[in-house]
Amino acid sequence: MRKKVIFPQVGLPYLLLLPQLAITFVFFFLPAAQAIWFSFLRQDAFGIRTEFVGLENFVELFADPLYRDSIWITFVFSLSVAALAMSVALGLAVLADRHIRGAAAYKTLLIWPYAIAPAVAAVLWIFIFHPQVGLLGRFLNGIGVAWDYKLNGTQALIAVIVASAWKQVSYNFLFFLAGLQSIPRSVLEAAAIDGASPARRFWTVVFPLLSPTTFFLLVINLTYAFFDTFGVIDALTKGGPAKATTTLIYRAYIDGRVNLDLGSSSAQSVVLMLAVIALTAVQFRFIERKVHY
Amino acid sequence: MMHGPGVIPRAEAIARAETAAERADTARRRADWLTHAILILGVALFALPIWIVLMGSTHDVATISRGEVPLLPGPYALENYWAAWTEGSARTTRVPVSAMMLNSFVMAMLIAVGKIVISILSAYAVVFFSFPGRMLAFWAIFITLMLPVEVRIFPTFKVVSDLGMINTYAGLIVPLIASATATLLFRQFFLTIPDELVEAAKIDGAGPMRFFKDVVVPLSTTNMAALFVILFVYGWNQYLWPLLITTTGDVETIVIGIVRMIGSEADTDWHLVMATTVLALLPPVAVVILMQRWFVKGLVETEK
Repeated sequence: MRKKVIFPQVGLPYLLLLPQLAITFVFFFLPAAQAIWFSFLRQDAFGIRTEFVGLENFVELFADPLYRDSIWITFVFSLSVAALAMSVALGLAVLADRHIRGAAAYKTLLIWPYAIAPAVAAVLWIFIFHPQVGLLGRFLNGIGVAWDYKLNGTQALIAVIVASAWKQVSYNFLFFLAGLQSIPRSVLEAAAIDGASPARRFWTVVFPLLSPTTFFLLVINLTYAFFDTFGVIDALTKGGPAKATTTLIYRAYIDGRVNLDLGSSSAQSVVLMLAVIALTAVQFRFIERKVHY
Repeated sequence: MMHGPGVIPRAEAIARAETAAERADTARRRADWLTHAILILGVALFALPIWIVLMGSTHDVATISRGEVPLLPGPYALENYWAAWTEGSARTTRVPVSAMMLNSFVMAMLIAVGKIVISILSAYAVVFFSFPGRMLAFWAIFITLMLPVEVRIFPTFKVVSDLGMINTYAGLIVPLIASATATLLFRQFFLTIPDELVEAAKIDGAGPMRFFKDVVVPLSTTNMAALFVILFVYGWNQYLWPLLITTTGDVETIVIGIVRMIGSEADTDWHLVMATTVLALLPPVAVVILMQRWFVKGLVETEK
């Protein structure tokens, strides 16, 4: 699409673009280029000498069993967060979509957790999961279940998954509700007249018609779980115990900011960039064409 | 009631139909009640973590540390909030929550406003002007979608530190105010402005900046409001970025502050952590609820 009528000025558009392009260049392109360049370099222990090592950082990275573990953890974590956040949201949206009084009130009551920061959501869940000061944690220990997400890796993963998914439910709820409301009533009525039970109507009519929304949300939720849950993990488990909740982003942070490992951290950044590009490509390919039933 | 096969009296038939309708009605009402019950339970479970923190923030530290997890309000509300607001956690961070709130507020406001201003200018340039490098500029902005700060942690930190922007508001804000999403949203909207409007303005002798000020900006207010809600929440909730570039309490935001307040959990002022959590989530939640209409619009538009 192109405007037919445009202003003839030549200098002005550059001036208008300057602030954004300057920031984009200094804080996006420069660091990204440096990440790629540094990923081929290695510094000695004292940070004095730097040498070009080719792909060695990458080879070392993928040879590291801990890095392979964190790939697996990221995978399990992201899929669980997406599945949990989406199924709860879909259930609530289906209920709220029934033509009952107060549907708008439920909407208001369910959307605000979107506004809560991931790290703050994690702090809220501390008071549920914590073995001493948390509601559920204390209860579990009281009935004889050894619950301590600071010691048990699986429990730690459950805690960060629940806290991350909780925050994302509102977002999914809004989009599922909009999707449900856009399904023509006539289709549902036709299915009802044909004698399909509510459950059957849901799985054979509503769910397939929702597939564009579902797919869109899947990509968004995976992206969220991948990148935006750093705060949850840092506040709740700090990647532990024994790295059981160290996702790829968390590891990149530890190696970059804490260990100041230039080569490895940069190589990890490059791997993550490739992951984002892949996710974005999938998103565009499918969403632009709309996934249809 | 027993009836033989055969003719049913008319009145009886009507009565039966009515009972059938009533039964269907009762069934639907029962289903509605069930729906309400499940939804209320869902909302309650959903709100439980907030409720616990809200109630906990009105009790003293001993109650919380004993793990009593009170579900009803206690007598220490004023005391706790006052202590958090003016002093913060004396045992861990010693930064008053009011200072952290101010930092968060400045950061969120400047990020939201800055992003909107910068994006609307560049979208205006890309849509209404023809100049060499137009598509290149557009793609340069667009591609930043693929470079979230999470994937360039170390190098971006290095650039900011080379520029001497560690522990400054500028370092906290400037790197975050280039937004491809907002630019794309404005571009999308500008493309729907009819050409006749530009033509008419040109005939009236209005230059590009005049047209921008008198036509484009007023037409964009709804989009700006929608973006503002999303971006304010985005700015307020930043975690990784402030964590990277703040090392002292001076520009510490509240989201970072809470986590530091918890510390190693050996000596945590849990009651103050709870009060601070409530304070930390109030502003963004208030913005979303008060501006709900624009918020929903913003969410839907920015994901297009």
